[in-house]
Formats: sequence, structure tokens, C-alpha cells
Amino acid sequence: MKHRTIAVAALALFPFAAAATDTELKLLREEVQRMKADYERRIDALEKRLAAAESAPAVAIAPAAAPQAAAAAPRAAGFNPEISLTLQGQAKSMQDIPGRTISGYWPAGDEHGGEKRGLSVDHTELSFAANIDSLFRGTARFAVVDNEIDVEEAHFATLGLGSGLALKGGRFRSEIGYINVQHPHEWDFADAPLMSKALFGAEGYRQDGLQLKWVAPTELFLQFGAEMGRGDRFPGTDRNGTGPGAGAAFAKLGGDVGASHAWQAGISYLATRAADRPAHAMDTAGPNEVTAQFSGRSRAWIADFVWKWAPDGDARDRNFKLQGEVFRRSEDGTLACSSDIGGSPCAGSLALGGYQSRQGGGYVQGVWQFVPRWRVGARYDWLGPGTRQYDDATVFAALDPGASLFSTYRPKRSSLMLDWSPSEFSRLRLQYARDTAMADVTDNQVTLQYIMSLGAHGAHKF
Amino acid sequence: MRTSSKSLLAFFLALLAGPAPAALNIFATVPEWAALAQEIGGDRVKVFAATHGLQDPHRVEAKPSLIARARSADLVVATGAELEVGWLPLVLRESGNARIQPGRPGHFEAAQRVSMLEVPARLDRADGDVHAEGNPHIQTDPRNILKVAEALAARMTELDAANAAAYRDGLRAFAQRWQANLARWEKAAAPL
Repeated sequence: MKHRTIAVAALALFPFAAAATDTELKLLREEVQRMKADYERRIDALEKRLAAAESAPAVAIAPAAAPQAAAAAPRAAGFNPEISLTLQGQAKSMQDIPGRTISGYWPAGDEHGGEKRGLSVDHTELSFAANIDSLFRGTARFAVVDNEIDVEEAHFATLGLGSGLALKGGRFRSEIGYINVQHPHEWDFADAPLMSKALFGAEGYRQDGLQLKWVAPTELFLQFGAEMGRGDRFPGTDRNGTGPGAGAAFAKLGGDVGASHAWQAGISYLATRAADRPAHAMDTAGPNEVTAQFSGRSRAWIADFVWKWAPDGDARDRNFKLQGEVFRRSEDGTLACSSDIGGSPCAGSLALGGYQSRQGGGYVQGVWQFVPRWRVGARYDWLGPGTRQYDDATVFAALDPGASLFSTYRPKRSSLMLDWSPSEFSRLRLQYARDTAMADVTDNQVTLQYIMSLGAHGAHKF
Repeated sequence: MRTSSKSLLAFFLALLAGPAPAALNIFATVPEWAALAQEIGGDRVKVFAATHGLQDPHRVEAKPSLIARARSADLVVATGAELEVGWLPLVLRESGNARIQPGRPGHFEAAQRVSMLEVPARLDRADGDVHAEGNPHIQTDPRNILKVAEALAARMTELDAANAAAYRDGLRAFAQRWQANLARWEKAAAPL
């Protein structure tokens, strides 16, 4: 606009400048040429922009339609829970030992999908989670293998009760210790630590009951929790009572050190009771296979610690995790044995007097991601025979002292693993373990394992 | 003389007003929103940034320190669009803090204030790290920051009406400087 007025003014002035010199005329002509070129260039640019703008809507409409289509689809299925499926399987090379036990420890019972030799499929974990309403969130996990569906978890939890409280009810993995709350697909090794197998069995300790946790309003993370449940899982038994059969309490402390380190420490306590908790034993006559039974109180203390390091807190390229737990379990009660075989000293049922045991052990493991997607780990498990008090004369009149139950062996195991995770949803692992958990057996185990998750998978705890 | 007597009066009034209200406790998931909240709130807010610029947002974990901070927070400022899906929902659930749960005023998602780009037509993990709601790195467009700032100031006013004037002033001052910078950046980026 400005240039136009100047041009008009210049033209208007032309008659008055009739007396201008030739150089002035030449300058004016050049000026006009420049303006003309400038105008043409700008008109060109405007035309190009117009052309682009006219064609752009065609492009914009397509992505606008796509989000609408994408939005329409979830709307129909909008309330569906987050569903995820975890597929696991392995090829395992280990010695064929029927009746494998951890010497000196009360066996924790059969484990489904336990440790098979050769190629096998571990249980497939199917999990559902969703908000139920503004107060509650529900989660269910099923472990499916070979005609058996095990309800691992089925609970509701509050969504922000306020004041740092959280309530959970139903079946859930107990948060005592550190590794107990983790599902097998979250483990850093192909199997549970010896300590977990001895304390609770490879499935871990589950509560059918209530859990209340409270986070203190401190800068350092401080959390207290209490649980009560049916108590029907090892080391307890199903006693068909009306009150809670197991109680647990835990306290956790955690924080950061600088930007690169994060740690958490905890101490937990579990108390439960057992009535006629069975274990295989051999009697002195025969020898026949009989059932030894423990009835009484079982209490366990667990202390756990985990420390994670990542350069500047960025765990993508390299990171390191060190974790360890120790436990001490005290059991006080009575021993008995029972058998169906007439000639056995345990025929029917035979009381064998008082039984007390104090046992402890632990594990420590370190996992180091040395390049993106590749990790290497080492773990050392140890269990002590502890001290057991019972009347030798009475017990060994009926039961064979060579049984695993009475062993004073020191179970140990060392494991090394290497895993590759192309994404956070898939993992391949190679593990070697030197397993001396059973007396007189040194088992070199090699496992090649895959863990694959599909679907909406929630985050794992620290 | 008049200004000094005015300030003296203000000082006495401030004394009579009693203790200053507790600062609004803000838990920001990324340093961009922490800085923004600090600009708007000034000294009326206490801001905590859960992550810093050197961390890959896909590998952040729900650390105990984050849970402890979230427990006392009044406002969570998150990007949303699944950027923090790997850790924030767990931190919120573990914190036991009713105020900051999704859907409450204490939960602010920046991605809801801006138009999202690259919303995928299909959701398939074979495509890699796909974000269902679009590209969540909205803070890389400086024009989005202003939209988020306005919404954030409104939310902070909603939570802490006593300091509404301070937040408005903070927003205005920030918006002025940001607009000036926007003009400068657009000019510098013109050849691109």
C-alpha cells in the first residue's frame, strides 16, 4: 500500500518534474522497475501460498477423520479394562531328581507349572485392571496352565483415600519383603530365590484379606502397612476359622541420593498358624512313606534392601540394581506323624512331642545393564539349617532321621544370567545355576526362557 | 514521602493479616511444567520436578522419593497423552492422596489444552512406541506453552483463590515475555 501511494505520488509529480534531467529520469525508471519486480515477487509468493492452502485442507481432513475413527472405536469399548497377557516358556536342562527338596526345610507344597525339564510352557498370566468408579480400582490375575486356572490376584483397591492411606481387599500378593509382591514375569532371574521357595513356596505369599498402607507426609519415603488374611497358604494351613489366620506388618523407607541413585529398605513381619501341615517322611519300620505334620505358630521376619543406579537417573543405556533380603523364621508347635499303613508306628496318627525351629537365610543379587537392551546378573542364595528342638528319642523312634526335614545341610545356589529385551514387552533370558540346595546333589542347571507381554500393561513397582 | 507511608501502611496491614497462607505444593512431572508453574506462582508455590531433562521419559520409575512428594502435593501438573504412563499412575495410586487423582482439580494434564499432532490411525506395538493420543512431546512447540500457561494459571486460581491476583500477574508477566520471545524465534526460524 505504501509503495502504491509512493508510486502514485511519483506519477503525480511527473508533470512538475518535466524539467528533470536525464539521470533523474533514469533513476525514476529504475525505481519503478524495482518496485514492479518486488510486486511480482510478492504476488508470486501469495499465489503459491494460496495454492498450498487450498490443497492443505484435503490433507488435514484425512488425519482429522482418522482421530475421529480412532476415537469412535475406543468409545464403544471405552469401559473395557486394561487386559494383558503374559506368555512364558522355557527350555531347561537339569538333573532328574524325583522328590526334589530344599534340605532341612519344611517343603512348601506342590507348585503348578513347577520346574519341568526340557521344553515347557510356564503358566500364562492373564490380567485385567480397571477403575471401578471414582473410589475403587479392581485388578484380577489368572495363571493358566494345563486345565488349571489359578486365581493369583483378585482384589479392589482405593483410589486415593486421602491422608496417605490406601486400602486393598480381596486376594493380593503380600507386600512383605521386596520380591514377594513381584510376579514371576517381573523377576530378574528365571526362578524365585531359594529364600522365597523356603519361606512361601515359589508362588509367593498371598493374602485373602485386607491390607492398609499409610505413607507418611515426610520428604523421605516412609510407609507403614498392615495386612490380615485367611492364612491358608504355606507356612500356614487352612484352619477353617472365622477370624484372620495370618497377620503381616511392614515398614518401608526409601529415597534418592543425588540424581543417579535411588534406594528402598524395608522390614516385615508375618505371623500365621498351621494345623497338621504335611511333609513327606519315612518311618523306621518298612521303611514306609508317611506324613509328618506340624501344628503351631509360624513367625517370620524379613529385612530387604534395594539400590538402583543409573547415570543421571536415565536408565535407558546403562543401569545397575542391587537387591538383597534376609529372613529369620521361628516356628513353635508340635510334631506328629500319620499313615494309612497298618504296620507303621505312625498308623492313624502319632504325636511326637514339641517342635521348635529357628532358621534363617537370604539372597543377594545384582543386575547390570551394560548396553541398551542387554543385562547381566548374578545371584547368590544361602540358607542355614538353623536350630531345631525336638525330642530325639520320641521322634526318631517313628521317623527316619535321614529325612530332609531333619537335615543339617547348608543349601546354597549361585546363578548367572544374561537377558535381552528388545522392548519393555519382550525378553529372552539365558541362565546358568549351580544348585546345591539338596544334600548330596550338585545340579548344574541351564535355562533358556522367554517372557512376552501383550496388551495394556501397567507399570511395575520400584 | 507518600510512597514510603503507603509501604509502611502495607507492612502493618501485612502484619495484621496473620501468617501467610501455606504455599501451594506443586508436583510437576517434567522440568518444563515445573518452570512454568514457578513463573506463574512465584513465591506462592513450592514446585517439585519429578524428572530432569537428562532422563528418558520412557524409563522413569515410580521411585519412593516420587511417592513421598506426591503424597503431600496439592496439584500435579502432567503432560498426559501417555507420556508418564510408565510411572505416574502408580505414583498417584501409591501416594494415598485424594486431591491429585485423575478427574480431581488437583490433577492437571497439559495435553488436554492443546491440539495433538500425529494421532495414530491404528494402535499396534509392531509400530514401535506408539502413543494412542498423539505425539505427547507438546512442549517442543513454544506456542503450546502459552495455552498451557493460561489453563494452568486458571487451575492454580481454582485451587488457591486467595492468591488469584498473584497468579494473574505472574501469568501476565510471563505471557508478555513469552510473546516477545515468540516473535523473536519466529523471525529467527523464518529461513527454515
